[in-house]
This record gives sequence, C-alpha cells and structure tokens, in this order.
Amino acid sequence: MKEYSVFDILGPNMIGPSSSHTAGACRLGYMAHKLTRGSIAEVAFHLHGSFAKTYRGHGTDKALLGGILGMLPDDERLRDAFHLAREQGMKFSFIEADLGADQHPNTVRIEIRKVNGQAMTILGASIGGGNIRVTEIDGVNLVFTGEYPTLIIPHRDIHGMVGRVTSILGQHGVNIAFMRVYRQQKGKAAYMIIETDGAIGDEVFREITRTDGVTNAYLVSLN
Amino acid sequence: MNFTKGEELLALCREHKIGMHEIMLRREVELTGIGEAEIKARLFLSLGIMRKAVERGLTEDVKSVSGLIGGDAKKVKEHNDKAKSVCGSLMSRAISRAMAVLEVNAAMGKIVAAPTAGSSGVVPGVLLTVAEEFALDDDTLIQGLLTAGAVGFLITRNATVAGAEGGCQAETGSAAAMAAAAVVEMLCGSPEAALHAAAISLQNVLGLVCDPIAGLVEVPCEHRNALGAANALIAAELARANVASIIPFDEVVEAMYRVGRALPCELRETAIGGLAGTPTGQRIKQELGSFSLCPR
Repeated sequence: MKEYSVFDILGPNMIGPSSSHTAGACRLGYMAHKLTRGSIAEVAFHLHGSFAKTYRGHGTDKALLGGILGMLPDDERLRDAFHLAREQGMKFSFIEADLGADQHPNTVRIEIRKVNGQAMTILGASIGGGNIRVTEIDGVNLVFTGEYPTLIIPHRDIHGMVGRVTSILGQHGVNIAFMRVYRQQKGKAAYMIIETDGAIGDEVFREITRTDGVTNAYLVSLN
Repeated sequence: MNFTKGEELLALCREHKIGMHEIMLRREVELTGIGEAEIKARLFLSLGIMRKAVERGLTEDVKSVSGLIGGDAKKVKEHNDKAKSVCGSLMSRAISRAMAVLEVNAAMGKIVAAPTAGSSGVVPGVLLTVAEEFALDDDTLIQGLLTAGAVGFLITRNATVAGAEGGCQAETGSAAAMAAAAVVEMLCGSPEAALHAAAISLQNVLGLVCDPIAGLVEVPCEHRNALGAANALIAAELARANVASIIPFDEVVEAMYRVGRALPCELRETAIGGLAGTPTGQRIKQELGSFSLCPR
C-alpha cells in the first residue's frame, strides 16, 4: 500500500473543478506531450464514458489540450488552452466515443499527427484523485502511471536488451522500483517500462538512448 | 513515527508531549526524506494558493464553466458586511470564504484539493477565518494544515475521501473533520480535544449523499462547503468546551466508511439520485447537455 504524504491529503494544487476530470485529464495530455516531445500538428481526443458526458462542464477538453501543450495541472493557462493551441497552429478536436465496455469510465484515446507526419496513439484513463494510468501506446498494451520517474523505451525485441539498459542504470546508482516489458509479437516492436526511485540524469538518459537496439526513449514524471 | 489509527496518533502525542501537527511533520520527514523547513515552505505555498482563491472568489466576478454558479460567495460576504449576521460574523466569514474557493474551483481557477477539489473550500474557509479572528500568525496556520493533514490521512487510510465511494459525508464531512481538529490545535487545545472535534464533525453528517446536478462540482457542492465550514466550527466549539464524542474517532471513521458503502450508487457521484434526480436537476442537465461554450 502506498504511504500517503501530507501533500496527497492537502493537494494536489490544481486548476479546478475536478481532480479526475480536470487534473487527471491534464496529466494524460501531458504524457502525450512528453511522448511526442511536443511536436504535434494535429490531435483528436476520443472521449469515453463520463469523460464523454461531462467534458465541457469539467473543462476536461481544455485540460487535455493544455496538457498536450506541456502544462501541468496547476497551470493557470489551462483555461486558455484552446486559444494557446490555435496560436501555435495546432489543430484539435474532441469526439464522443465508445471505447469498449471494459474501459474505465474516464478514458481517452489520443490520436496524434506529429509535425513530421508520423502518427501516434495513446490510450489512458484518469483513475481518481488526479492519478492516471496509460494503458496503450501505438497498439501495444502496457501500463504506467507517472507516479515515479518513468523511462519508456521502445526497442527491438532481441535478446540482451533488458540487461544492457538496466546495467546502465545500475552503473549510475539509479534504483529500479518497478520494471515491465511488453511486446505485440515476437521479434516486433517491444516496450520496456522502468520506474525508478531517484531522478534520472540527462547523461544516463542519453546513454540509454544511444544503446544498440533502443529505438527511442522517453522520460516522464508527474511529480 | 508512523501511525495508522487515531489512537496510535494520540499515544505518540502523549509519549512525545507534542501536538498532532508536530507528529505529522516528523512523519512526513521520515516518509519523504525532505527536511522540516522545506515541508513547511511547501505548505506555505499551499496556504498562498488558498488565500488567493478566497480573495478571487470574494472580489472578482467568478462564473463557473457551465454558468450554473458564481457570485454567491460575494453576496454572503456583502450581506455580512452591512447587516447583522444571523450566525455571527465569524461563521459568516468562514462560510463565504469556503463558498468563494468552491466557486473559483468551478471556474477553472487554482485551488488546493483539501482533501478533494469538491470539498476544497472548507479547510481554507475555516482556518483563514479563525486565524483572522484570533490574530494567529502563518506559522500557526501551517501547524493547522499539518493537523488537518493528519486527520485527512487517517480518514483516507482507513476509509475514503472520495464522493464516488462514500458520498458527500466522505468529502465535505472529512474536510470538516480536518478543519475542526486544526482549529482546536491552532487555539492550543489538546490532541485529544482535536480528535474529538474531528469525530463530532464526521458523525454530524453521517449519511450525507453526493448528488451533483449534471455531475458537475457545483450544485449542491457550494452549499455543502458552507455547511462543512459551519460543521467544523460547531465541532471545534464543542470540543474546546471539553465536550467529548462518545464514539471514538476511529470507530466514527469506520462507521462513515460502512455507511458510505451502504449508500446506493445513485447517491455516490453518479448524478442520478438525490438533487440530481429531481425534475429541476434533470432539466438543468438536459439544458447543459446541449450547451456550447465559446470562451475560446
């Protein structure tokens, strides 16, 4: 069981009105921002369940968009997210959708077209109290929450990958709290998700990025 | 320096001859490895956000995203400024401040969830008003936030503060319990008295349902935050006069949790039952369903 800090009780510091529909939505958008490094030409948010029914009144739309622009849940510019996105030339739309009966009621599928033309799809849910869970990237099922400093590493599904990456972390004294590997199909695209106790420095991150077989690497943290 | 029940917290207070707030501070240091000064500095930031939200709600023309609420906090304040308040100036100010924060929250303004966004008015409304009335400094207010945090932690750990799980009793009831205990300790009351105040606040609203119109954190949330502020002040008044809660705090928390789980789901933030299910509640929901916002 997670131990609650006083700032879990008196917090988060956030833009209202709802920790799940606003703060959590913003964090989901922020994850997409991190996973695309902010270079987005167009985004469509497919809103499911309670998100679909109440997104306007809860400012879920602005929060999602603000997050994608790189804002965190306590950023007072969230209210002006539509305006700011237009200023940057980012196209955006919100679509009420049925993403399946087994999805959490506050789920969103974020479909992105990057500036370089590449597509990316992220599925995630706001699971209460501003906490989130990302459950799919580009069709690969996985799970991470952003509660810890998290490395998301798409890589080639070949032997020795895990050892190469974890030994870099070990050499730099970074302790791994949780780690999982995912793949669609043997030999195809795979993901490593590594959640660590301490922060991961730029140097460590660069070294991982340069590792043989690592296609890409992203570092996300919500705290 | 950890505790999971109110009884354990009181035992620690007795053993070390310090208040709940000090135990909570030491626990936080042990838990996070962050120093006392830094923790207090962060709480000071939270206090600043609370103050600013109160100020905005009482001076600016605040309107919620749906347009359903806004401006009522100001009305209560202005009424208290010019007419004799029926519940006394202290309580009136606490009420209007609690409402102010909830309105700012509903207008996509910045608040501190305490313990939730939907109950975010109670703690600042009560603490800032009591500090004003008794001329307490910011260090004392920070202590009050730590006391409130200790009580909120106990309820979160042993029950719930989510309306979807426990109804409004779990949100504004918990917020009132946090604020009541904080007031007692801020005014130099014993940890025992503070926990009695928390227990009294919670039991006063046992069974309170969560029935937001159209599912929005607006109606009746704003009025329930006013109730939460009044509830906290009543409980603190009783506890400071050495009135005890016959049922101990830990058992009240357990009872609140059981009552919450026994509430039908229509009355737990689903916007189906209670006020949300009234003809007017349904009509408003219909109207809002098709509304289009253009603050873009």
